[in-house]
Amino acid sequence: MSGMHRDRMKGKPRVSFQRAVQLVSAVLLNGYAAGFQKGKIFTGGSKAVCVPVLNCYSCPGALGACPIGSLQALLNKRRFPFYVLGLLMLFGIVLGRAACGLLCPFGLAQDLLHKIPTPKWKVSKKIDRPARYLKYVVLVGIAILLPAFAVNGDGIAAPYFCQYICPAGTLGGGIPLLLANVELRTLVGALFRWKVGVLAVVLIAAVAIHRPFCRYLCPLGAFYAVFNRFSFFQMQLDRSKCVGCKRCERACPMAVEVTKALDSPECIRCGKCRAVCPHGAISCGFAFGVSEKAGPAQGRPAENDSGSVSL
Amino acid sequence: MHKRILLARYGGLAAAAILLGVGVMRQEYLLVLQKAVRICLECIGIG
Repeated sequence: MSGMHRDRMKGKPRVSFQRAVQLVSAVLLNGYAAGFQKGKIFTGGSKAVCVPVLNCYSCPGALGACPIGSLQALLNKRRFPFYVLGLLMLFGIVLGRAACGLLCPFGLAQDLLHKIPTPKWKVSKKIDRPARYLKYVVLVGIAILLPAFAVNGDGIAAPYFCQYICPAGTLGGGIPLLLANVELRTLVGALFRWKVGVLAVVLIAAVAIHRPFCRYLCPLGAFYAVFNRFSFFQMQLDRSKCVGCKRCERACPMAVEVTKALDSPECIRCGKCRAVCPHGAISCGFAFGVSEKAGPAQGRPAENDSGSVSL
Repeated sequence: MHKRILLARYGGLAAAAILLGVGVMRQEYLLVLQKAVRICLECIGIG
């Protein structure tokens, strides 16, 4: 009996590092608890700063601004969005898609839903690969071009992505506000029903497919994906330790071919591959230089001899 | 290829800093604040 207890005590921690960071991030990003109770939003100065994830600024708890919403708001005013673009580039260059895997509350919601024990759908490559480009269409077409150019007679354009697609806004903003604010409830109509429908489809899909919104629709993930190859934060594979068991690829929520392309634009740097690798072949950390001998593109060990911080 | 990654990394960081600096000088953060402190009816599905 004591041996069994000892073995159980040696097991994995109850909450993984990724989950702990996700939970802390969700609480910090939406820390205005009074907003949920009063049905109002935070109006303090921190809302001038965009957060690095899709977190609706109309969420009652939100303490910062949504970057995609802010981008659309500035584009609508016919201003080149220096500030928002600069912040987004900064997040992208430093983290790549690590913001998706570690910080995004809607990513956390999808991760938790995927834990529901149901049959899972492994999307075939024939559908999955072309569908991954849809998020770039959402970014360029819906989040950038439409708010910039599709204006009404008064020269005003809607924040098209937020208005017609964003499920994070419905889940984090719409539903909590309407639950707590009786006056807003009287204004609910067809648009809200559409948005709840979109949210329902994404959440149901998340039970069967891991992170469907991140894979196919998120414009912020599409933006950060561009930076994955050269961001400071990198995942690294030590081929001398890799035995090709593919446990990493089976664990990956984004179906990345971990042993072939660890710097894939689809990698959200969640660390699940690293957690399941039996030989410690996968590491992650901040890289400040690039070794002439190796680089992350081929999954080779990199960066360690030119200044890096491993986690 | 490795030098290109280095160039992209630090060049991108410099570009981000410049964009951010210009945006702050133009006080675009006030436009963001102005939008973020009002309930976005479109965002919550009211329109």
